[in-house]
Amino acid sequence: MTTQLKRILLGDQGLVVIFVVAFALVALLVPNFLTERNILGLLQSVVTVGIVACTMMFCLAARDFDLSVGSIVAFAGMVAVMASNATGSIFAGVLAALLCGSIVGLFNGLVIAKFRINALITTLATMQIVRGLALISSDGRAVGINDPNFYQLALSKLVGIPTPIWVLAILFLIFGFVLNRTVFGKNTLAIGGNPEASRLAGVNVDRTRIWIFALQGLVCGIAGILLASRITSGQPNAAVGLELSVISACVLGGVSLAGGRATMAGVIVGVMIMGIAENVMNLLNIPAFYQYIVRGVILLLAVLLDNLRSSALGRR
Amino acid sequence: MSFLEFSHISKTYPGVKALSDVSFSVEKGAVHGLMGENGAGKSTLIRVLSGDQQADGGEISIDGQAQKYASTRDAFHAGVIVIHQELQLVPELTVAENLRLGRFPANAGVIQARQMFSEVGEKLKSAGIDIDPRRKVKTLSIGERQMVEIAKAIMLDARVIALDEPTSSLSSRESEILFALIERLRAEGKVILYISHRLDEVFRLCDSLTVLRDGKLAAHHPSLKDVTREQVVAEMVGREISNVWGWRPRKAGEVRLKVDGISGEKLPQPASFEVHAGEILGFFGLIGAGRSELMRLVYAADAADAGKITVDGKPVRSADPHQAIRAGIVLCSEDRKHDGIIQGRSLEENINISSRRHHTRLGILNPKKEIEVAETFIKKLKVRTPSRKQDIVNLSGGNQQKVILGRWLSEEGIRVLIVDEPTRGIDVGAKSEIYDILYQLAEDGMAIVVVSSELPEVMGICDRILVMCGGRISGELRRDQFAEKAILAAALPDKKTPTAIAS
Repeated sequence: MTTQLKRILLGDQGLVVIFVVAFALVALLVPNFLTERNILGLLQSVVTVGIVACTMMFCLAARDFDLSVGSIVAFAGMVAVMASNATGSIFAGVLAALLCGSIVGLFNGLVIAKFRINALITTLATMQIVRGLALISSDGRAVGINDPNFYQLALSKLVGIPTPIWVLAILFLIFGFVLNRTVFGKNTLAIGGNPEASRLAGVNVDRTRIWIFALQGLVCGIAGILLASRITSGQPNAAVGLELSVISACVLGGVSLAGGRATMAGVIVGVMIMGIAENVMNLLNIPAFYQYIVRGVILLLAVLLDNLRSSALGRR
Repeated sequence: MSFLEFSHISKTYPGVKALSDVSFSVEKGAVHGLMGENGAGKSTLIRVLSGDQQADGGEISIDGQAQKYASTRDAFHAGVIVIHQELQLVPELTVAENLRLGRFPANAGVIQARQMFSEVGEKLKSAGIDIDPRRKVKTLSIGERQMVEIAKAIMLDARVIALDEPTSSLSSRESEILFALIERLRAEGKVILYISHRLDEVFRLCDSLTVLRDGKLAAHHPSLKDVTREQVVAEMVGREISNVWGWRPRKAGEVRLKVDGISGEKLPQPASFEVHAGEILGFFGLIGAGRSELMRLVYAADAADAGKITVDGKPVRSADPHQAIRAGIVLCSEDRKHDGIIQGRSLEENINISSRRHHTRLGILNPKKEIEVAETFIKKLKVRTPSRKQDIVNLSGGNQQKVILGRWLSEEGIRVLIVDEPTRGIDVGAKSEIYDILYQLAEDGMAIVVVSSELPEVMGICDRILVMCGGRISGELRRDQFAEKAILAAALPDKKTPTAIAS
């Protein structure tokens, strides 16, 4: 019995099993959890983290790191609002935000791949530079949205489900496909497994890494636009600390920081576990200060489980 | 009663019977060989001896005393020291510090450096090891590091010293020094367990020999007097291998690869050579002769400063391996673990990593084709694995090597195959399989370059040998000119005039 339980928990789908059990328990025990309103709220609360986690997964899988995501999200939000205010066209604002996000990401990638500077340091630098740009562009103030149609990006619904949730779901699908079914995804995992061997096996390592960071920037742009629309303004201080939540969610989802191991399903579960924990704590009126502790404990437990799984598989 | 006795040792891992009922004994003052193919149980036996793993059954006794150890610490106190292939020294510390690590001569926490250096220096000298105790370990060659490991064993008053493939990364000169040291230890009455794939060394060094096969005792020879090499090989593989090399004459075609005056940071003197279609060209030399460096330049793994490469008369310009591959040049690196396998990924992915570009569309994979390719080469190269989904790190060295060969064979249009140390750490059975693959490829018209530090191997399988020494090509011999003496003479650095310069 115990060995069987161990096998299930430490197997490939261990995290999913734990998630399903936890979800069932919460649904049964926590009042008001399993209501349409709460579930939609829950999903909306994880949109930003979830979207950014899609590409953070690639970053981590290739043994890289990106700390600049929070700043890019805020910056892209500012750009979207300011550009659409200036041009009067939401489309132009969205395009400008996506472009700015991609450029920052591309810059990260070029510096890391071509100049061989550690990803942690590079993105620590751009994290501050980009946050600075966001603050300078608005003189540190929030920028209101002129065109009320901009709110519709986050508020509109399709078949009863808010647009951002659709966007999140579509990105989950796209990046799941990219990871498992494209050369880019496989090369990402190979680079994380052994960068030098991948290069000698004919993988264009530099190009792949640049693409990973550029995509990360683009996706942060999407997250920034939706966030600005939801909070009805461009906030230069938005999404502070986002990078840590995103990396936590990925690690929780079984992405190895040593590279080479990642699954989309795992990341989705990781994002959801973080979201549910917060949601449940809110429903149970647990003060925010305690929530930090719970989040930290969940992360530690998840990593511990991952460690057990690795040693059960006989490799580290 | 013998000094070291293994009786009825058994060890089972989940799903594998690693050792079953292995018994043998070794006398005091003897060098005892331990041979067997990969997976025969040598490593497990050593792990049990070193206390790293506990046997399920059986007993080890030393000097008549039954040993019951629960950890490596206990084995250590019983005087058993195992020197692993991967050495356990701290690179940033000096030789003396490494040797006294954990037992520094200290006064109120302050290390008595002078005392330590002079003490260690004397010990090294008396053991006949010529290394300055003040040097940092990171500045030592691999051979010197091995000496330091052995010195560690001597300083700990080890009674039983087990050496796991000690010469696998040593040059022949370094090996000689090691052998002298081993002989000295034997004279002092230590028991040496010598694990090696190399028959020559075992026959030269060992007084007695145990052969393991599939976790069982295949043979025990208390003396090697009347034992032949063929017999030991047969005991290891369980069948007769009449000719390990299996070379047969082949027809060479036009010049396939022409390298003209290539040089780079690690190979400052320009080197030139040619390989014909259907030819197997060997590169021999001591460690550091520049063979691997030259191959890395040809493959664009390192940047070349100058030089021209042509394949079938067409100039090749590549700045990165992915471009060399497209020009038809591929390389199997010397360091499989660091430069070859992609850890944590399956055989299937390791095979398809490069050649999948032939059957992807807009960057999207063709899973059916990938499975087909993986299955084809697993079968063709006789890779022993439970499934194509297996993580490559779980395979033996020989099978990993085959997977990497599969990675390149699945590429269509490969014209030049460079293999650097194709059979390092690979057992006899798998070796001859890999040679057969190379012969087949040469027969199909590929130009093959084999880099090896094993003289019998280059002499056994190559059609022509280029010798390198000190970063230059120092000799060339056709198969009918092959002679150990001439090759070694060209490889040794003290010779000022090379025997024959490559044209």
